[in-house]
Amino acid sequence: MSIKPDDHTTGSSELEKVSEPIADPGLPAHTWRPTDVDERLAKRAERQVAGLFGLSAVFTILFFVSYFAFKVGDNWNVSGGLGSSTVALGLTLGLALLCIGIGIIQWARKLMADHEIVEMRHPARSSDEDREVTVAALNTGLEESGIGRRPLIRNSLFGAIGVVALAPIVLLRDLGPTPSQVEDEEEGKGLEHTIWKANVRVVRDVVGTPIRAADLQVGDLVNAVPDGLFDLEGVDLQVQKAKAPVIVVRMEPDEITPGRGREDWSVEGIVCYSKICSHVGCPISLYERTTHHVLCPCHQSTFDLADSARVVFGPAARPLPQLPLAVDAEGFLVAQSDFTEPVGPSYWGRGA
Amino acid sequence: MSIDTSRVADSNTTNAATPKKPAKAGAVANWADERLGLGSMMKKNLRKVFPDHWSFMLGEIALWSFVVLLLTGVFLTLFFDPSMAEIDYQGSYDPLRGVEMSRSMASTLDISFDVRGGLLMRQMHHWAAMIFIASMMIHMMRVYFTGAFRKPRELNWVIGCLLLLLGTLEGFTGYSLPDDLLSGTGVRAADGFLKATPVVGSYMSFFLFGGEFPGDSIIPRLYTIHILLIPGLLLGLIAAHMLLLVYHKHTQWPGPGRTEENVVGFPMLPVYAAKAGGFFFIVFGATAVMGGLLTINPVWKFGPYDPTKVTAGSQPDWYMGWPDGLLRIIPGWETTLFGEPISWNIMLPILIVPPLMLTVLILLPFIEAWITGDKREHHLLERPRNAPTRTAVMVSLMTFYGLAWAAGGNDIIAIKLDLSINQITYFMRGAVFIGPAIAFYITRRWCISLQRHDEGKLLHGYETGIIMRSAEGGYSERHLPISEAEAYTLTARDREVPWTPTATTDENGVAAPGGRLDGIRSKLSTLMYADNIQKPTAAELEEAHHHAEHEHALTAALDGHSADGHQFDGHHAVEGETLRGEDH
Repeated sequence: MSIKPDDHTTGSSELEKVSEPIADPGLPAHTWRPTDVDERLAKRAERQVAGLFGLSAVFTILFFVSYFAFKVGDNWNVSGGLGSSTVALGLTLGLALLCIGIGIIQWARKLMADHEIVEMRHPARSSDEDREVTVAALNTGLEESGIGRRPLIRNSLFGAIGVVALAPIVLLRDLGPTPSQVEDEEEGKGLEHTIWKANVRVVRDVVGTPIRAADLQVGDLVNAVPDGLFDLEGVDLQVQKAKAPVIVVRMEPDEITPGRGREDWSVEGIVCYSKICSHVGCPISLYERTTHHVLCPCHQSTFDLADSARVVFGPAARPLPQLPLAVDAEGFLVAQSDFTEPVGPSYWGRGA
Repeated sequence: MSIDTSRVADSNTTNAATPKKPAKAGAVANWADERLGLGSMMKKNLRKVFPDHWSFMLGEIALWSFVVLLLTGVFLTLFFDPSMAEIDYQGSYDPLRGVEMSRSMASTLDISFDVRGGLLMRQMHHWAAMIFIASMMIHMMRVYFTGAFRKPRELNWVIGCLLLLLGTLEGFTGYSLPDDLLSGTGVRAADGFLKATPVVGSYMSFFLFGGEFPGDSIIPRLYTIHILLIPGLLLGLIAAHMLLLVYHKHTQWPGPGRTEENVVGFPMLPVYAAKAGGFFFIVFGATAVMGGLLTINPVWKFGPYDPTKVTAGSQPDWYMGWPDGLLRIIPGWETTLFGEPISWNIMLPILIVPPLMLTVLILLPFIEAWITGDKREHHLLERPRNAPTRTAVMVSLMTFYGLAWAAGGNDIIAIKLDLSINQITYFMRGAVFIGPAIAFYITRRWCISLQRHDEGKLLHGYETGIIMRSAEGGYSERHLPISEAEAYTLTARDREVPWTPTATTDENGVAAPGGRLDGIRSKLSTLMYADNIQKPTAAELEEAHHHAEHEHALTAALDGHSADGHQFDGHHAVEGETLRGEDH
């Protein structure tokens, strides 16, 4: 065979037709359906279709009845926990619609003419004459505009449009402040700060009670936040909740391998790490006390809390930031300072 | 049924037209036609032919589920309050009464528990979104596996890929709106993705969230994107998709009387309009039943978003699952550039591979056309087996997708199958590379085997299941010829010729420009076609049938009759057939 696909541009070629091993037998003859030849069957199909449409109307009425008969709110936990109102409305509406759909399709299949018809295709491309006329019209138009002869107009127009197109981008500038604009170490704002400060008490999440070092047993894990978090409101509260939470764990002091310069960051085997995963920021919560591993439920990054929260498994690249702990005069856990590195996911600008 | 347009010209003369009491419908049609010219516009299209095949319905599911999304979505906007202002929930759902939450979460609960039909609409909306994306994907695979993307339909393929991308983004922005714990975890991860962008990451995050995460702008902004921006783009692209479909006319399967030059099927009015219109009601109705009976995204069980909380088993909706899977199995790679981190562990699975996959998907028709050098229009579909390399490429991509998707549920797999999550993750790291390669090889060989089977049917007929014993004691299976229509359908495909460069050197022996590229192209083309089984030529067929006749002579006893058990198998005339035992 030496037929090149490039030899022809549309349809199958004469060459190929010659080489067809089997000639096209042509469209098969139309066969009549039972409903075409038997008037009784046609009548029956007609009744089926009309019956389905009628049934649909009945379901719609039941839909209205359900709407007024079932109260929402009162019954959200009945009917298998789905709520009677939802179940009744969904079923009646669904069946009303399905009956219409099935009825129409039954009508099309049994009663509408089922003669297949043939339409010829045309190549998607325009005819050569059309192309010529179009190109001529385009050239005339461009010629008359003088866009080719007056490059000054053309270039200045393109320049003007190019510049004005920047306007919407500039307008988007006020979508938000830049990271450096919000930065405020005193208030704990910005990517590099939280409201943790020296001598801020570590308090239990939700209840806000301070934690006495002596009250923690080996193996305990406490979800904690900085004291004063719950005095915040609105956005400030949410922002701090997204970066200030910590986990406090107690283990045997000799099990801890302190990081360099972190020898005094723990208190009697109590260590404290950011709860926000260094991968993409999920709060970490699954702790295995025998291995001191803590697992992020989102992407399974696993950190070893006995070893500066080193990554032992998963996609995270950096350990969890550690909060240096101390004990105040009343025996409660406090922070020595804020975190020494930004909390949460990596970003350009945090430093390596 | 055609509209009388003769009076249009009359009305332009000096004398006013004086119609003779037209029928009411005629009068309306006339009024509209005189203003809109509907007559000439509809002349061609009312009886436009659409070929019939079940697989052509998949795109229709996507279209109709989009309509369901628009209808239910409008209802939801009437009650939803996209605000992040914190309020004390006091609605009907007892377990959350008194809990602080954003107004968007509270209004979602109100829609679910205090608006009649509200939960139904929410669940229908969510189910329709799932069906929309799933049917787009399956429709896309249908188009690819049957070669319907080939010239002149490449641009419609591109539009389809963009629809899939937009549909996915629309889904993400939609399920994030209730501001519940599950979706908030997803938004939190999205913040991490933005921040991983080199140089501008933290700025992108601050601009999107209106400051530090989570801020109070993200939900209203996602809302605008979800109900205005993306739906507008989707509508425009869907309109273009449909217009191109009408302009190109639908592809069809080859068969007797169905050629590259024609389209055979039912006219739009009445049959196709009825079937498609009826199908809209079926999709709508099925969605309503699902919305009523199948709970989806029960945000009241998750509770409001709180950045300090998360639940195990947190996952995005399924169509976002595969990048999440890649995100889970990637090792913790981070490098440093100018003293700043480059987070490959986030960029690769989220910012690089998914856009790359989309680009590959969009380019598939162009890559194939370049390799084959085929510049013809194609309106007849190809069976997947008749394009083994193409089929294998898609199965390979699907395998990658499926494995990445499964990796997105590695925690669930570990729990349900009692396996180690670490080992699943290590396995997946290798499997996403090896799996697609294995799938490619198996699929390609499988297709070629099926081609051989077709060739056998053409040359030697179908297997009757009758074992013949010859005089010498040899056994053979009796084959009978297939029908002419079936044989024609099997051969109604192109004979493939690997692309060869026309001239690699000019008359002076200097390599022509693009020579090396031509070499690659030629090699790829050979790889693509080399092992395929081409349909037999007329001579080969003749030869095979002659051979078969000879064999038949040996077993003439059965001629004209079929063997016992095969009298009524649909391959033979029924008249005069009895069970052999009765009259012998």
